[in-house]
Amino acid sequence: MSLAKLVNGFLKGKIRVVDLTHTLSPEFASISLPPEMGQAWPFRIEEVSRYDERGPAWYWNNFSCGEHTGTHFDAPVHWVSGKDLPNGSVDTIPPENFIGPAFVLDCSSEAQKDADFLLTKKFIQSWEKRHSRITPRSWVLMRSDWYKRAGDPAAFQNYDETGQHTPGPDMEAVKFLVEERDILGFGTETIGTDAGQAQHLRPPYPCHYYMHGAGRYGLQCLANLDKLPPTGAVVIAAPLKIQNGSGSPLRVLALVEGK
Amino acid sequence: MERPKRKNPVLRTRLPTLPPAARSRIALGLTAAAAMGRFELQQCKDCGAVQYPPRETCQKCLSTKIIWQVQADGGELLARTVLHHSNDLFFRERLPWRLGLVKLDCGPTVVAHLHGSVEKKVKVRAMLDRAGQAVLAALPEKEVNVAEDRQLREFTCDPKFRKVFITDGKTSLGQELVRKMASAGADLIWVGHSEPWKKFSGFAELKNIPQVTLLPLDLTDSKNVREVAAEIGAKVDIVVNNAEHHRAFGIGNRAGVETARAEMDINYFGLLRLAQELGPVMRARGADGQSSAVAWVNVLSIYALANFPPHGTFSASKAAAHSLAQCLRAEMRPAGVRVVNVFPGPIDDEWNQLLPPPKLTPAALASAILKALREGIEDVYPGDVAQEWLARWRDNPKALERELSA
Repeated sequence: MSLAKLVNGFLKGKIRVVDLTHTLSPEFASISLPPEMGQAWPFRIEEVSRYDERGPAWYWNNFSCGEHTGTHFDAPVHWVSGKDLPNGSVDTIPPENFIGPAFVLDCSSEAQKDADFLLTKKFIQSWEKRHSRITPRSWVLMRSDWYKRAGDPAAFQNYDETGQHTPGPDMEAVKFLVEERDILGFGTETIGTDAGQAQHLRPPYPCHYYMHGAGRYGLQCLANLDKLPPTGAVVIAAPLKIQNGSGSPLRVLALVEGK
Repeated sequence: MERPKRKNPVLRTRLPTLPPAARSRIALGLTAAAAMGRFELQQCKDCGAVQYPPRETCQKCLSTKIIWQVQADGGELLARTVLHHSNDLFFRERLPWRLGLVKLDCGPTVVAHLHGSVEKKVKVRAMLDRAGQAVLAALPEKEVNVAEDRQLREFTCDPKFRKVFITDGKTSLGQELVRKMASAGADLIWVGHSEPWKKFSGFAELKNIPQVTLLPLDLTDSKNVREVAAEIGAKVDIVVNNAEHHRAFGIGNRAGVETARAEMDINYFGLLRLAQELGPVMRARGADGQSSAVAWVNVLSIYALANFPPHGTFSASKAAAHSLAQCLRAEMRPAGVRVVNVFPGPIDDEWNQLLPPPKLTPAALASAILKALREGIEDVYPGDVAQEWLARWRDNPKALERELSA
């Protein structure tokens, strides 16, 4: 009954689909670890044939990338704190968890002023006063407008000699969202759900540590969060079903009522 | 040497031709030595006679105990002539051509190509010609840059007035190469750099060198390599592929294949991608006037000859690159484009931190590459470590394998 209404909403143009995904391309900035460590593969693509002697009537490619490339999903097993949780890998997560309401916290002006901006519990509580209380089983998305830098990999990564400078949540904000709001997961426009300098927070990488430790998920390198309302959108974020996968590139869609 | 005039785009680009390339197996001994910049002639172990041209037996005592030995290069010019006619396509296009007869101090009298300013006393050098085969050239006694001589320039790959493409400007070696090529008179220098968000010292200053253009280039990205080759390929005269991935691991002390794969992806597949995209257009420009496409330099490693187990997977990737570079050499030779393989010992960089000196400085390596281009050398073993390993490898490769794994 309500599904029929949903389909009708698409047909009538009453429900908009917003693509929150960057195009997978070799140019897209990929996560960089210190060079002596293991590295995630960037997205790469090799032509198999293109209507030529390698395959006369067909065009296709082989591509390669890490699980954490482009717009991607982080599963609980990605972090050591979530390693022993049941249903913690992309192939075992209950599929209903891939769809949920979205609460979009606009931190864009703060992030513009301060690339190291940290989202705090206080900021979230004040946002809730202005909009609505964050409901359980929802996606909390941190809008920073960082995605607009994606065409310039150096600006997107924003490194200096002390490492990366990108916004993210602080420890208290993450604990609040997990323990007091019971969210599904946390999404950002930057290369990590944690801030660029989060290795210096306590614990290091608090969003990865607490979110995954509590069996919650992450979405990274999201785009177009500025095209979502603060509340009311529904996010569909289903990763590839990789055996024991710690994450996966994926197509993230948001459904928004109204034109 | 005069700066060449700009190319007249209305005229057809001349196709590459080669000087006579056929050599007997014995005669290739001269080429093998010349490829490393050595002047070696056959010498009889029984009677000591030095002979030229190469033969199976000693022309004086008929002994078969003949070895290739480095010889003194001094000689006296007996006669000279200038060729004004030739039915050979290569020389026909390059007339007039100076030739002479030189009586070497070590014995034999040889026919040699003459430098424009030779007098009675000459130095003879074995050089690789455009066909990649050794020929003898007579030079003046005083030091000269043979690449400045119209005729002998054909045997060299001097960067002066040429356009150079260096694939990685982020390393110290890349930056030294840029500076050396600029001071050697290169007209344009394209400098590749990957992962634009990573900043390395010295890189930003490169753009202050007037000849330099920086180009985003990641040899692991086929699309990027194709686009860069499309953009600059028809202009590149000399490629120096110095991009490499180096980690210090063997098999047992690094789990998984990711690091080894990253090394292969740049050191081997990177060369393959670059060769597939740039090779054809460079082959088409092998005779494009005074500043034609001339050289392709691969920075390999002495570990390409024999595996150095502490850097075992890196060694394997360089051995693979060496093998591919031999294929590239065969494919570029018909166009007269020389593939120069460089086999340095440990370079003084962060990945060789734990190796004891002597280590090759990036500046010394860049100088060795420039010297090889100017003098027409195609196998370069720069520095003491590389020279020692080469000598041990030539003497007994099995012994070297055991020594390196001790």
